[in-house]
Amino acid sequence: MADISINFAGIKSPNPYWLASAPPTNTGYQVQRAFEAGWGGAVWKTLGEPVLNVTSRFGASHFNGQRVAGFNNIELISDRPLDVNLKEIYETKKLFPERVIIASLMVEPKREKWHEIVKRVQDVGVDGFELNLGCPHGMSERGMGSAIGQHPDLVEMTTMYAKEAAEVPVITKLTPNITDITATAKAAARGGADAISLINTINSLIGVDLDTWNTLPNVNGKGAHGGYCGPAVKPIALNMVGECARNPEVNIPISGIGGISTWRDTVEFMLMGAGGVQVCTAAMHHGFRIIDDLTEGLENYLDEKGIDSLSDIIGKSVEKYTDWSNLDLNHKVVARINNDVCINCNKCHIACEDTSHQCIDMLTDENGNDILRVREDDCVGCNLCSIVCPVDGAIDMIDLIPTEAPMSWNDRQAAIEILERR
Amino acid sequence: MSDLLKNLISGEVLAANFEESKTSFNTEEALDEANRCLYCYDAPCITACPTGIDIPGFIKKIASGNLKGSATTIMNSNPVGASCARVCPTEELCEGACVLNQSTKPIPIGDLQRFATDWAIKNEEVLFKAGEKNGKTVAIVGSGPAGLSTARELARLGYEVTIFEAKSEAGGLDTFGIVPFRLPKDISLWEVEQVENLGVEIRTNTEIGKDILADDLVEQYDAIVLAIGMSKVPMLGIEGEELEGIYDAIDLVERTKNGDYAEEFIGKCVAVIGAGNTAVDGATTSVRLGADNVKILYRRTEAEMTAYDFEYEFAKQDGVEFRWLTNPKRLISDENGHVKQMECVKMELHEAEGDGRPRPVEKEGSEFLMDVDIVVKAIGQTRHMKMIEAFGLNHNGGVVKVDPETFITSNPKVYAAGDMIFGKGLGEAMVVTAAQQGKDTALAIHERFKESVTDMHNRVN
Repeated sequence: MADISINFAGIKSPNPYWLASAPPTNTGYQVQRAFEAGWGGAVWKTLGEPVLNVTSRFGASHFNGQRVAGFNNIELISDRPLDVNLKEIYETKKLFPERVIIASLMVEPKREKWHEIVKRVQDVGVDGFELNLGCPHGMSERGMGSAIGQHPDLVEMTTMYAKEAAEVPVITKLTPNITDITATAKAAARGGADAISLINTINSLIGVDLDTWNTLPNVNGKGAHGGYCGPAVKPIALNMVGECARNPEVNIPISGIGGISTWRDTVEFMLMGAGGVQVCTAAMHHGFRIIDDLTEGLENYLDEKGIDSLSDIIGKSVEKYTDWSNLDLNHKVVARINNDVCINCNKCHIACEDTSHQCIDMLTDENGNDILRVREDDCVGCNLCSIVCPVDGAIDMIDLIPTEAPMSWNDRQAAIEILERR
Repeated sequence: MSDLLKNLISGEVLAANFEESKTSFNTEEALDEANRCLYCYDAPCITACPTGIDIPGFIKKIASGNLKGSATTIMNSNPVGASCARVCPTEELCEGACVLNQSTKPIPIGDLQRFATDWAIKNEEVLFKAGEKNGKTVAIVGSGPAGLSTARELARLGYEVTIFEAKSEAGGLDTFGIVPFRLPKDISLWEVEQVENLGVEIRTNTEIGKDILADDLVEQYDAIVLAIGMSKVPMLGIEGEELEGIYDAIDLVERTKNGDYAEEFIGKCVAVIGAGNTAVDGATTSVRLGADNVKILYRRTEAEMTAYDFEYEFAKQDGVEFRWLTNPKRLISDENGHVKQMECVKMELHEAEGDGRPRPVEKEGSEFLMDVDIVVKAIGQTRHMKMIEAFGLNHNGGVVKVDPETFITSNPKVYAAGDMIFGKGLGEAMVVTAAQQGKDTALAIHERFKESVTDMHNRVN
């Protein structure tokens, strides 16, 4: 059986799965239940000055019969007294010394405030800190959370404040509500962060009630933007992780967060450079028991691939992720339709005809059967037909044998420049 | 049954009739249904499964693509989980309990279970490991669901297990007793192989009392588990039973499991006596062997028949006719000693007696003759009395008495599980129940010996 333990920025965890700082890690009772179920670690719900919360708080986006494709919330950081949280952290760590407890922190961007909370929390024995510089709602209006996380200089400074007092690793959590994630990732690295975690939630309004015209979630006829997460945000998170992983100025471990629901998602995040992952929405949807398939599926995947240790896959896809201008312009892909598998829904035809390059013909074969055929000369290999196709194996995207040597846009521009110079 | 190749008579074509009738889910079907599962907590489907399979768990693993994990979850709880995926009366068990019955339609749990276990079979996955040997030996007599299940669990706990099987191949009912178009023999033999992979020795063609004595077993092993199931169909006890053309349904099914397709059914008129699942098997087998007309005769009514609903439905789909309140009285020979007619009598139901079922009583003067070429008997099964007596066990009309908690018989070294402890008049015993009894028996044995064995924590996945 493959080894799925990790050593993340010096923090050892029996598996890569930590519960993200969120409602599931609100209390010792919950975190202990999660550890009993098998979670490797938990990032405690953010500690700071206790807040007041509103009801209701959550909303979800259901898509075509699947519930919780996306999830949003307007809940703030911990509303429980700091003393109570610290006592429960102490007790939980004592019961589960092999599991990881990270304290998420958020205070005003003042050096003494950060020093004070870091020292207080450190005293009860945590494995690390996560700086919540990403909460996009409520706290940001008070100059904390993403109000800090959107300014690289404040990210650097806050990280530095925490590092000055911390004796355990400091993970700076980044907000995705920013144009270039690497700007704040680099700032965190400059501030001395031992690692970064991303992404926090994305500014969102989950919906509007068609009868009351209330925005959702509804608080006495009013609403405010929340933070979006869940399976729908995974591609956004995966890109941001990849961008940080391939940026040489970041160069610190990454804790991947954002829509991770299955062991497959985990593999993807780790291939893109995450050294561990954090999960929230999937646990909120199904309970802590999902850890069973998350760990077993990962072990079986590694065994099947003949890989001994999960650490061996970290970042293995990063070098494949580059700028568009480095992609090979001479690479040709075309679609081929297997009519013996095709069920004749014609979705590929109409998608191509109306919205792509008009290269899938609806024809009748010699036996009078309806068939679909790609005119390969006109096909640009966009993948749309295979994306809309509902049947596995009905459409193959084929790599054509190259007729010309690989050439990227950058290669091309460089060649033109040389020619022009002559 | 229009798709059956009735008119074609070569053995090869008959063989096609005996291929598994229900197709397996393809990946898309499996994913659609797996994603429809709500993944309930404390799910009623788990409670409804006699072996307590974590059904939402194995289904979620199908959805995530962890098929090995899915098959492991199933087989961990049920050592004959691949067979049960096909033969369980799921609408009375897991699927009947599915919460979606109250809103849309239940998850096809049996089909998903088959999808996951088929994957394991196809990929030749080894799902379990034997425990470290603890020095204790157990002899198991019979390799059907109860025996295999006991052996599997004991081997994982570190016991050295030897199974004694009278037939040429292991698997018992699943290998020989369930029609191949519902449960192909290969599936059962894969489950046997899984148990053998744990180091369990299966001695086939070995009969107790002939090849080895019951007393020797009791002397040589630390514990003995009897899981010998039931025996042949009893005699009808009517005139003409010795004629040519009279078949035992269990023998008939066993022949088809061995690829021996009796050609004498082609174009014939067949009467099956009885209305349990074995009777349905006898009837649908007759149809597939090319019989022209197949009738099931039952002395009670549709309401009392013991066949599962889906078996009844299956028989009707096969074009089997049903004659309720009808009982055979006499079999009449042609000039060659072959049955040609059956004298029947109409019955009426009177108030229930001891077993709670209405009592069928002959209707005076209602005798009539029915033309038949073949009669298939399926009126239940006899007990292995000789074996029960060889071990000197207390029993009630062939039903071996055991402690309901420990499965210990009147001989403290001898345990019993499966059909042989299944009481009369309780319908038909299920494969899945036998599997659970096997697990429980293994645990009871371990409970008894765990103090004295060296390593009791070596159970591995």
